[in-house]
Amino acid sequence: MALLEVSGLRTAFHTRDGVVRAVQDVSFRLERGDTLGIVGESGSGKSVACLSLLGLIPQPPGRIEAGKALFDGEDLLRSPEHALRRIRGRRIGMIFQDPMTSLNPYLTVEEQLVEPLLIHGIAGREAAAATALAALKEVGVPDAEARIRDYPHQFSGGMRQRVMIAMALIAKPDLLIADEPTTALDVTVQAQILELIEHEQSERRVAVILISHDLAVVAEVCDHVIVMYAGRVVESAPAATLFRAPRHPYTRALQLSRPALQAAGSELYTIPGMPPDLARPMSGCAFAPRCEFATGDCTRSEVRLEGVAPEHASACLRAQRGEIRVT
Amino acid sequence: MLEAAQAAEPGRSLWQDAWARLRRNRMAVFGGAALIVIAGLSFFGPLLLSHSYEAQNLVLGAAPPSGEHLLGTDKLGRDQLARVLYGGRVSLLVGLAATAVSLTIGLLWGCTAGYLGGRVDAVMMRTVDILYALPFTIFVILLMTVFGRNFILLFVAIGAVEWLTMARIVRGQVLALKRQEFIEAAIALGLRKRRIIVRHMIPNVLGPVAVYTTLTIPAVMLLEAFLSFLGLGVQPPMSSWGLLIKEGAEMMEEAPWLLLYPAAFFTLTLFSLNFLGDGLRDALDVRASKD
Amino acid sequence: MLQFIARRVLGTIPVLFIVATITFFMMKAVPGGPLDTEKNVPAEIRQQIEAFYGLDLPLWQQYASYMGNLLRGDLGPSFKHANRSVNELIAAALPVSLELGGIALAIALAIGVTLGIAAAVRQNTWIDYLASSSAMVGICMPTFVLGPLLVLAFALHLEQFNASGWDFPRDRVLPALTLGLVYAGYIARLTRGGMLEVLSQDFIRTARAKGASEARVVFIHALRGGLLPVVSFLGPAIAGILTGSFVIETIFNIPGLGKHFVTSVFNRDATLTIGTALFYATLIVLLNLAADIAQTWLNPKQRVQ
Repeated sequence: MALLEVSGLRTAFHTRDGVVRAVQDVSFRLERGDTLGIVGESGSGKSVACLSLLGLIPQPPGRIEAGKALFDGEDLLRSPEHALRRIRGRRIGMIFQDPMTSLNPYLTVEEQLVEPLLIHGIAGREAAAATALAALKEVGVPDAEARIRDYPHQFSGGMRQRVMIAMALIAKPDLLIADEPTTALDVTVQAQILELIEHEQSERRVAVILISHDLAVVAEVCDHVIVMYAGRVVESAPAATLFRAPRHPYTRALQLSRPALQAAGSELYTIPGMPPDLARPMSGCAFAPRCEFATGDCTRSEVRLEGVAPEHASACLRAQRGEIRVT
Repeated sequence: MLEAAQAAEPGRSLWQDAWARLRRNRMAVFGGAALIVIAGLSFFGPLLLSHSYEAQNLVLGAAPPSGEHLLGTDKLGRDQLARVLYGGRVSLLVGLAATAVSLTIGLLWGCTAGYLGGRVDAVMMRTVDILYALPFTIFVILLMTVFGRNFILLFVAIGAVEWLTMARIVRGQVLALKRQEFIEAAIALGLRKRRIIVRHMIPNVLGPVAVYTTLTIPAVMLLEAFLSFLGLGVQPPMSSWGLLIKEGAEMMEEAPWLLLYPAAFFTLTLFSLNFLGDGLRDALDVRASKD
Repeated sequence: MLQFIARRVLGTIPVLFIVATITFFMMKAVPGGPLDTEKNVPAEIRQQIEAFYGLDLPLWQQYASYMGNLLRGDLGPSFKHANRSVNELIAAALPVSLELGGIALAIALAIGVTLGIAAAVRQNTWIDYLASSSAMVGICMPTFVLGPLLVLAFALHLEQFNASGWDFPRDRVLPALTLGLVYAGYIARLTRGGMLEVLSQDFIRTARAKGASEARVVFIHALRGGLLPVVSFLGPAIAGILTGSFVIETIFNIPGLGKHFVTSVFNRDATLTIGTALFYATLIVLLNLAADIAQTWLNPKQRVQ
């Protein structure tokens, strides 16, 4: 049985200005010990999808409208709050994008590290303190004995993210969700954090969902990658395949957009147009207005994610029909 | 989130946006309406009444509300309705005048300090800090005792209590504005300093200033009523709500209507002003929308 | 942190000095003295009395001697109550006012913080509207309105309490309630605002992601930050309660310092007025200082440099 099986997840926000369909019909699967990458621009729904799994979406105005999320057989989307609370921090750990705002400035690092252990009754105060210290050392924070009683603002960005990772893993969860863990950090520190995540993953056999807008980050760490656009999954493939031979125009465009890949002196490639307004109902493929391969059919027909090769699915109508080769 | 679609709509200025949001706030609208009614009654009401606020009727004395005297009469037989409305006029006028004083000093002080910056700013704001620590209420009490029965002094003194926070708010706004690009653009275009201050800064400072002004008026009215209650504010034969409440409190056992009506008017006015001020603040502060 | 405290304390001294000076000169400007109400006083006695109070000296000397006495803690003899010094009068009345103020503050904090937390945690529900409206009533109803109303309702109609006096423990209830409810309103609003602000921060989401219960989120994670606005309001709140006590003590006929202040103003009792004004002012300044320090201490970013 898969560790996590999400099917047909649909999350919307009912705001004063209309209903924003942030996540539409998202499905994916994760086995124990796997790493899954979720790639997309801001607003693509990647964070909202994962937050929905843990019930961390503010429920007015947000609403999980449909779908199933089987975690070890239990449907997270239908679980009552108290059941979810037992899972959060204990069986599923989560780290967030900005470690400065994501750590409580009024509590010491120690107080925050021991929390998952105390909340879930895993250890008493003294044992928890010892475990916290060990955890802090393991993620590579120097002088841990002294620093554990410091406050978050006394740490650098990279160190804070290490604290977050330690905190998310301290209760030995089966799954770690990392929401843009490197985005707020310096480039040099990014590599260290990714290394740390990889290390922890192999040491503890934790499954990881890595969310990022940066393809390079995902390429390094993940076994399998899904690409999201405007709330939908547009492509799903093993990492190597995705980068060598994408089968969706958007993925290709993302690859081309990386400044590092472009010839010096030439104009930077950008994807023409703007991401769609998720409050407006759309027909057909959401990427069509910006796609160089789009035809009339693309905006008229219903678009679905379908397999185009073993383990490889694409939501591009034309790619499914074999009409185009994206690469 | 995604603003692409909104670019296609006609743009709404900050003011239009704020106005729309304000209109949606039911309490603020209620407050505004109540204020208009009360102000209207206070300023124009006495003209329409048959009784003057001064005419005494010693035979009648303190009488409960009746057809003749809608809110009753006080111990000298004066029509309470007329007194309450007239008192409203005084209270509101003092409130507005004192707030105007507060606003003027605060605005000038804050703009100057913020715009000139550097040492001038440091000195000016340090003064504000020191003044902030002084218990102004006590000084005002002493002041009114010493120089007594001067109506103008009353609202200058009261206004002088509240200008400090206004100065701080204004200065904060000016500092934030100074760093914004359109000011640099104006400077690059060669506009003179004074023109920049008047034409560009002041309109943008107005938002928080408007909010704070609306919230200062009730604070000021409270202070006036407080002083009048202690006998240091408005003097008879003039009356204000504060004085009326004092007189009402004295006759509370025999004539509770003398306390209840002025208290009701006063509290309702403060309510309305506070709701309006809150509504303005919520409407103008884009960040703090509480949905 | 210690440096900060030292600097603030030093900064308070010029303030106190200014307060003393202004108070002195204001009272000196008042026409009137200890002899105003007595009419036919023989000249020598008048001279003696004036000499006793130092009124025959030039102004600057009076000021100097006054300041000198102040530094020694001596507030001088009262004009009206000739055999008692201002210090004595203050000492007698102070405990009463402190008790009143203390109970009022406790009521204000207990009710205000509770209402504020309830309103924030259940935002936009009926609990929120009820709490916020109650808070607004507290803010809009001044003590001199609420006081008489409470007396009207509870003392005169229901006859549960005395309308005035301070002799029985029950007498504490109405005055303290009057003073306290007003500030409960302000505190409720500040708490609500502070809590809402904190609850919208990212680290609250992190706490939930760790499996924290609502109670844990509110009381362990949010409260520390959420109460900051209340702490910074404590200074003005205490000052307000102290000045509010003038009116309360007058309405309820309580033998506290506020009543002395008000009557001394009317009696033109210069030394008593200056003495109490100065005392209040100093108290307020010092309490503001304490609140300031508390506020800085509670914020780890400022406490640990």
